[in-house]
Amino acid sequence: MNKGILAGIVLAAAGFAAGRFLPVQAPPAVLPAPPVTAVAAPAAGAPVRSVAGPAPQREVTVEEGGSIQAAVTAAQPGTVIRIKPGRYHESVYIDKDDIRLIGVIEAGKRPVLDGEGNLNDAILYSGNNVVIENLELRAYKGNGIMGQAGNNFEIRNNVVVGTGVYGIFPQLGQNGIVEHNVVSGIADAAIYVGMSDNIHVAHNEVFDSVAGIEIENSRHAIVENNYVHDNAGGLLAFITPGLPIKTTYDVVFRHNFVLHNNHVNFGAPGSTVAGIPSGTGILVMAADDVIIEGNVIADNKTIGVLIVDHAHASNITADPESDPNSDRVAILDNTMLHNGYDTITDVKALMLAELKQGEADIVRAGPSTGSCIRNRERYVTAGVGDFAECGFADTYDRVNYLLPPVPPRVIESAERGKVAYLGICSGCHVYSGRLIGPPVQVIQALYMDNPQALADYIAKPVKKRPDYPEMPPQDYLDPQTRLAVAQYMLSLSK
Amino acid sequence: MRVAAALLALLALAGAAPRASAEEHFTLADACPPGFELNAAGTCVLRNLYQFYDSLQGAGLGGTRTHLPPNREGFTPAQIDLGRYLFFDPLLSADGRISCASCHDPELGFSDGRARAEGGDGSDIGRAAPTLWNVAFLKRLFWDARAQSLEEQMLGPLFSQHEMANTPEKLLGSLRGSEEYRRLFAQAFPGVGEDISLAQLQTALTAFQSSLISLNSRYDRYALGYHAALDEREIAGLNVFRSFVARCAECHTPPLFTNQQIAVIGTPEPEGRPLDVGAEKTFNAPKLKGGFKVPTLRNIALTAPYMHSGRFATLRETVEFYTGGRGHAVPPGVPMYLHWHIWDPQLTPQELDLLVVFLQTLTDQSFSPRVPERLPSGLAPFGRRATRGTAIADGKDNKAEDRS
Repeated sequence: MNKGILAGIVLAAAGFAAGRFLPVQAPPAVLPAPPVTAVAAPAAGAPVRSVAGPAPQREVTVEEGGSIQAAVTAAQPGTVIRIKPGRYHESVYIDKDDIRLIGVIEAGKRPVLDGEGNLNDAILYSGNNVVIENLELRAYKGNGIMGQAGNNFEIRNNVVVGTGVYGIFPQLGQNGIVEHNVVSGIADAAIYVGMSDNIHVAHNEVFDSVAGIEIENSRHAIVENNYVHDNAGGLLAFITPGLPIKTTYDVVFRHNFVLHNNHVNFGAPGSTVAGIPSGTGILVMAADDVIIEGNVIADNKTIGVLIVDHAHASNITADPESDPNSDRVAILDNTMLHNGYDTITDVKALMLAELKQGEADIVRAGPSTGSCIRNRERYVTAGVGDFAECGFADTYDRVNYLLPPVPPRVIESAERGKVAYLGICSGCHVYSGRLIGPPVQVIQALYMDNPQALADYIAKPVKKRPDYPEMPPQDYLDPQTRLAVAQYMLSLSK
Repeated sequence: MRVAAALLALLALAGAAPRASAEEHFTLADACPPGFELNAAGTCVLRNLYQFYDSLQGAGLGGTRTHLPPNREGFTPAQIDLGRYLFFDPLLSADGRISCASCHDPELGFSDGRARAEGGDGSDIGRAAPTLWNVAFLKRLFWDARAQSLEEQMLGPLFSQHEMANTPEKLLGSLRGSEEYRRLFAQAFPGVGEDISLAQLQTALTAFQSSLISLNSRYDRYALGYHAALDEREIAGLNVFRSFVARCAECHTPPLFTNQQIAVIGTPEPEGRPLDVGAEKTFNAPKLKGGFKVPTLRNIALTAPYMHSGRFATLRETVEFYTGGRGHAVPPGVPMYLHWHIWDPQLTPQELDLLVVFLQTLTDQSFSPRVPERLPSGLAPFGRRATRGTAIADGKDNKAEDRS
């Protein structure tokens, strides 16, 4: 089942498009370094190393035989949950802020969450400031660690083996660190940063997976110092069309070892990565402002670096809102050895279009405006003849794109009371007149000097009026919000 | 004109003052509907606890505590209330027999309980009437995403010969022929002075529909931090829903339970119906053949049957579709670029049950608008009403074997 580049990245259109890749003889322009585009860049000289504030207030320990989920459910925000070595068979979900799951490693033994091939995900989190460290996750069907809009996360020093579709998958989150993890045996990307901003992926080892590290529909990401080997594809920067966040830009791939990514592609039918030709070192598809710097890219049999647009990938959907081209790609100095030695027809065709033969390090297909390359003469290339000369050599000006831990937002009590009243109470109560409950005016007459009594009543109402239905308890609001609602209700004048 | 408008406004005030005359004259609300705050400009803006959270790129997509996407708002209480009367008024149809509410009935989750909508002429409209709950947040309307606004969308049913079958001339003639409506439009659009316009009608109907907010379900209480709002099975269902095995939340993304994208998932049409190409036509894109806008799942338990043409009678059948195997219901020989999240998750019967249990926690009608007891046109509210249970598709045989 040969799918070509990306189930046809490809170059199904190679013959047709070949004319576009004839070498351009004009002397290349020199492009300056792109500006640091991260928002709220930290003060110079003080790079952010930790994003998950605030400091924990308390600590609990889970022993083997205990339930991690029970500890999470019982935990207040600000709790460190220490997990002792042993075997745990469960899925853990974290729908609250400021929770840290920290494995205790004793004499090389970690706590192991074992899905035994029958549980879905090992860890799901939607809270902010979640830290997950020192765990071993094995044999889940969905993901190892999946974030759903949690911000300020740190996922560190975990061993993730065969956890299904993704190993570590933060999605829709801002400001996160994924570092020192060892991830293998994953049917899609071992580490997949999806629809996220300000992410740092460093010092991980990813192997024996369909894709190593994927930055998709995300911005301001640095992927550095990772060991990416024996996957079907190594490093990916994508825009996947059809997702609700439409851009990928400002991605730095630097100082990674991208070696021997020749694993058979065992991606699920229909998945985008199933179309990646085995033997791809780095793949840029439709992503903009991608910098490839200082990597060792070797022994990838199809290609070292492949840059394509959406038109060259046949297995993706149509999305007029996604820009299809990989623009402003910068290939700085990289060490490339022995790539493209057993490549696919499409790559050969692109080479031939430039009357070249041999083992391809870098191939570009599809428009790529504003792109540049340093020392191009060192590589075997196709499609980069019209790339400018990069006017910068490195990205040392940006340590990372992380943001300082954001302090919790302070919401004034009056604002909270108003919004809770409008968002909830106003379905039954108006100032004057009858909806489902009595008018606010009548309530004011009863409680005007005692908002706490009103707050207590709404938590536990009793039937008071024969001509009105009994009010349902609003005990799901915390006591502060109930009091704020009561105060707001008593302050209304129309 | 200005004088006339002022006079009309005075008349409106006069009509409002004595209770006794309330039977003759209609008055429009001066307060915002539930969930909205009247701002200094005199317009209604949505207030909700979700506003205390962030969302990536302001997209309003995420997990439990995520800001909502941008919504239509900023209408006056009078415009919203006028829209309410218009919404229920069969005067808007050519023969005065159906209203917006005939197919978007508040007692049926602002849908109609039918597999596919029934036109004013009794014809099969071909697609299911979608709920209007939270329609204020949608950037594209219709199953095939062919309209960009409610104003644009409503021109479809109003002037389709199979639906309300009206024409702009006749519709404006009917409204202008109503003394009450002339008065109410002048009140809702003060200072304009001119005759009732189509744009005013569009604004009023948009204003009303944008006020249909459903964000107080038991799920919301859980999401906003009160974890006892859901029981163990419901939480287990939530975890199946958002797991990367079932992947429901990847497209039905909280807090609205839609990511508002087009997805080609390859659901079967009811027996005997031809394939609906959906968004392929809208975008002139063969890759979107069979693609439809991802619908919200809020109040989904109220709006059976399911999918664009009502193939599935129950939520259980609907969720089972997703575990039938990638493309199992695509007609043979039809090239369809199925969404990458459509795979073979092998959900267990227990997991399917849990999904249904969870979906039922998304029900909330606490901000249901009041149905008018009478209308400015003098017609009876609603016109024809749908009855739940009519024309529900037989979903027993939705399995792969009868398709491929």
